[in-house]
Amino acid sequence: MTDEPGKGPDKTQLEQREGGTQDPSLDVVAAGGAQTREVIGERQGMFGAHDSGDTSGYGGLRRPVELPGASTPPYGGWMDDVAGAIATATRDQGIEAAVEKVIVHRGEITFFIRREHLLAVAKLLRDDEALRFELLSGVSGVHYPGDTGRELHAVYHLLSMTHNRRIRLEVTAPDGDPHIPSVCATYPTADWHERETFDFFGIIFDGHPALTRIEMPDDWPGHPQRKDYPLGGIPVEYKGGTIPPPDQRRSYN
Amino acid sequence: MGIEEKLPSGVLLTTVEGVAGYMRKASFWPATFGLACCAIEMMTTGGPKYDLARFGMEVFRASPRQADLMIVAGRVSQKMAPVLRQIYDQMPDPKWVLAMGVCASSGGMFNNYAVVQGVDHVVPVDMYLPGCPPRPEMLIDAILKLHDQVQHTKLGVNRLAEIEAQEESALNALPTSQMKGLLR
Repeated sequence: MTDEPGKGPDKTQLEQREGGTQDPSLDVVAAGGAQTREVIGERQGMFGAHDSGDTSGYGGLRRPVELPGASTPPYGGWMDDVAGAIATATRDQGIEAAVEKVIVHRGEITFFIRREHLLAVAKLLRDDEALRFELLSGVSGVHYPGDTGRELHAVYHLLSMTHNRRIRLEVTAPDGDPHIPSVCATYPTADWHERETFDFFGIIFDGHPALTRIEMPDDWPGHPQRKDYPLGGIPVEYKGGTIPPPDQRRSYN
Repeated sequence: MGIEEKLPSGVLLTTVEGVAGYMRKASFWPATFGLACCAIEMMTTGGPKYDLARFGMEVFRASPRQADLMIVAGRVSQKMAPVLRQIYDQMPDPKWVLAMGVCASSGGMFNNYAVVQGVDHVVPVDMYLPGCPPRPEMLIDAILKLHDQVQHTKLGVNRLAEIEAQEESALNALPTSQMKGLLR
């Protein structure tokens, strides 16, 4: 019932945004930034929760879950230098297939790296003269349950202090085979970050020196930051009234 | 009539329980156990404005072996629960626990998998202090009420009888789920 009004404006907005990319007057960074969008699912309600009641009054809302699609060069400014240096270095090593796609979104550049080539790419990112990404500022995980075949993403933020540039690497793994090589040998700082990502998302970093839980208790079952992990909780009783835990309350959808 | 009237002036009589209770409550050292935002209020309470030193409690012991009172200030996560229990076990008897704030008392707003739903699952609690977080005045009030409890704690066989009576009344108390009436 509420599907049509919820969907209608979204679609037109999407088309308008996509139409805008054809405008040649946009500057280079924006031309790289606003491109096709990849729809990986549909979000229902205000917060996209399926297991609990949406009390916000926006329970009928339907919105597509979109990720920015691949960008085409030129990306603009120094991003082309970095992309070019990565392309040259990977070609020299015979791993042209390492970079799956490049996304420039909101002025930031993300390289999607195939996981079998992550170690080689990390090494050349650190050592190549034109790249020199000395600092790995963090490893994070993301869970996209709707992104079939690439549900788990590991995100690496890199900083080059030599050139004052920041880039992002993203590596995907399917839920059924959650293995990604560990970059600890290249960036020792990844040690605890990878343990945390393993703890919360269940991504197994192959080659990590001691991949154990770091935040949750050692004997904890499951990985709590996955979207399908239940919130838990106990019913609260007070003077004859019982309030069920948050994920078992009645739905307002 | 009694022995009191035969005493010279300047001599007071009391009980051993009274003196022991007075000494215990007048030198009541809390252990540092700040876990969340309640800890900020707890630190404020020890500061110059609210001045817990008025009650001989300004020294928050970093070592549980020298502390009498554990103020659990904040939500206790499942991972912190064994640590909390160990600190409690390291405190010498007699010892007291004050659950500061709703999170320590009942889990509060954190009704989820990660947080212990009330620190009384892990250690026995002598005083529950509601509030999110409670103001320093509320903490001082809870501490003074606990002082009163400590002052009137009995000794020896009387203490055993007191524990039995408290347990009896707790077992006979009506569970919250069976209480009826307005939600207040």
